[in-house]
Amino acid sequence: MKKVVESSGLCKRFGGTEALKSISFGVNENEIFGFIGPDGAGKTTLFRIITTLLLPDEGELKVLGLDCKTGFKELRRNIGYMPGRFSLYQDLSVEENLSFYATVFGTTVKENYDLISDIYSHIEPFKKRLAGKLSGGMKQKLALSCALIHKPALLVLDEPTTGVDAVSRSEFWEMLRKLRHHNITIIVSTPYMDEAMRCDRVALIQEGQILSVDRPETIRDGFSRKLFSIKAPEKHKLINALRSCPGISSVYPFGDSVHVTFKDDNFDNAIYEYLENSGISDVSISETRAGIEDRFLELMGTHLH
Amino acid sequence: MTKNAIISVKNLVKKFGNFTANDNLNFEVHEGEIFGFLGANGAGKTTAVRILSGLSAPTSGEVIVAGFNARKQPEQIKKNIGYMCQKFSLYEDLTVKENIMLYGGIYGMNKKLIRERTDSLLKRLNFEEYGDRLILDLPLGLKQKLAFSVAVLHQPKIVFLDEPTGGVDPVTRRQFWEMIYETAAGGITVFVTTHYMDEAEYCDRVSIMSEGKIVALDTPAELKKQYNVGSVEEVFIKIARP
Repeated sequence: MKKVVESSGLCKRFGGTEALKSISFGVNENEIFGFIGPDGAGKTTLFRIITTLLLPDEGELKVLGLDCKTGFKELRRNIGYMPGRFSLYQDLSVEENLSFYATVFGTTVKENYDLISDIYSHIEPFKKRLAGKLSGGMKQKLALSCALIHKPALLVLDEPTTGVDAVSRSEFWEMLRKLRHHNITIIVSTPYMDEAMRCDRVALIQEGQILSVDRPETIRDGFSRKLFSIKAPEKHKLINALRSCPGISSVYPFGDSVHVTFKDDNFDNAIYEYLENSGISDVSISETRAGIEDRFLELMGTHLH
Repeated sequence: MTKNAIISVKNLVKKFGNFTANDNLNFEVHEGEIFGFLGANGAGKTTAVRILSGLSAPTSGEVIVAGFNARKQPEQIKKNIGYMCQKFSLYEDLTVKENIMLYGGIYGMNKKLIRERTDSLLKRLNFEEYGDRLILDLPLGLKQKLAFSVAVLHQPKIVFLDEPTGGVDPVTRRQFWEMIYETAAGGITVFVTTHYMDEAEYCDRVSIMSEGKIVALDTPAELKKQYNVGSVEEVFIKIARP
């Protein structure tokens, strides 16, 4: 399979801070590749290097077959970049922004309209409105249209769904799926674990290091323990009791339940009695399937107690 | 569990010119509850939160927060609430102790009380060695936990949180929720606004706004049952857009 991005041993320092510590990964042609990690993990720094806006201190990076240090002129013509912060001209209208970006890249809106029609049609009724007056979801669609209008081979999206409501986020991912028919490779970052499952492959990134790269299902299924979901109305009491319960290995709150693993995976019925003696009533326990976030927690290798 | 209403909203309407941002809202938030306030962009959440925190007066209707009337006693409301959002919380160029001192002073606490609470806060967070460090130099996770502790330093009746765990790693996120549980168990009501449906799953009850109205209000479990789906996110996608 042809690699669109190949990175080996990429390092970047800012003063005493190591933003990227030997990052290696490859992105295949035509896939949606996600970087999943918290703020400060190094996602934006990495994306700025991929888009030739920063140079790495060490390591090799090839993008679309070109070296990021020497091929930047050609690369910039073939990359579409949507930065994390809304960066379009707020005092230009929707259509003015779009035709500006088309012109800068030596093309026209008409020429590549079929590529963006699916996205742009949502905001076209507001094409005379100033970009600064758009809602969050509409700004995001306009930014994506502008990043696509020169038909890039690689699209780089830095946290495109941050601050956007769940309905717009869901629509956005549908749009990215459809772009696959146009031979565009997509690299996208998000701090939201649940969006990992929307990607073909993901890299879990934390403190400038990649913890794992694989298909999201494979990463999730790498969870090595038997996992139990425990519920009780008084969550705070429940968590404290579980934490001091002998025989329990890890305790993490997960929405309305608590995810728990037992030492040596030995589920022990004594837990019911233990919780009852701790004054916790209406307890329900069931074995559950690990999600990708459970696996991320396991990979981070730290425990709360 | 107590069911005293700490927030009571009756027939709340807020208009800006011809635009109705809040269209007859009715709901109660119970004391010590973790209440999630959800809605699509532009649904009217921010307008409602500004009224609940005494920053804006309702056009009509009755809003009682911590025992005070939002129209007549907004200053009393401000003294009895805390606020924290993910984007801005603490002054980066002040130290941890200076930030605590500043917020304590704003809420009218005396120096002795501020000192006592500072000590216990730093101890509880295992932060003792960070007291004289600039906020700028703290890792994000620590910053967030500190910001939350500062928001409840004056022991308000209610604390408003805007996307409290956005952008933090999964371990920190869970430590943060445990702090929220502890706070709520201690009797402080926690009012969470968020776009992040994972956060909604941690709340005791959630409301969903659409076009200025509340279209759903129940426990996450009950909402999922009612709409026959597996997550609050799916409930939201079904009903948050007209």
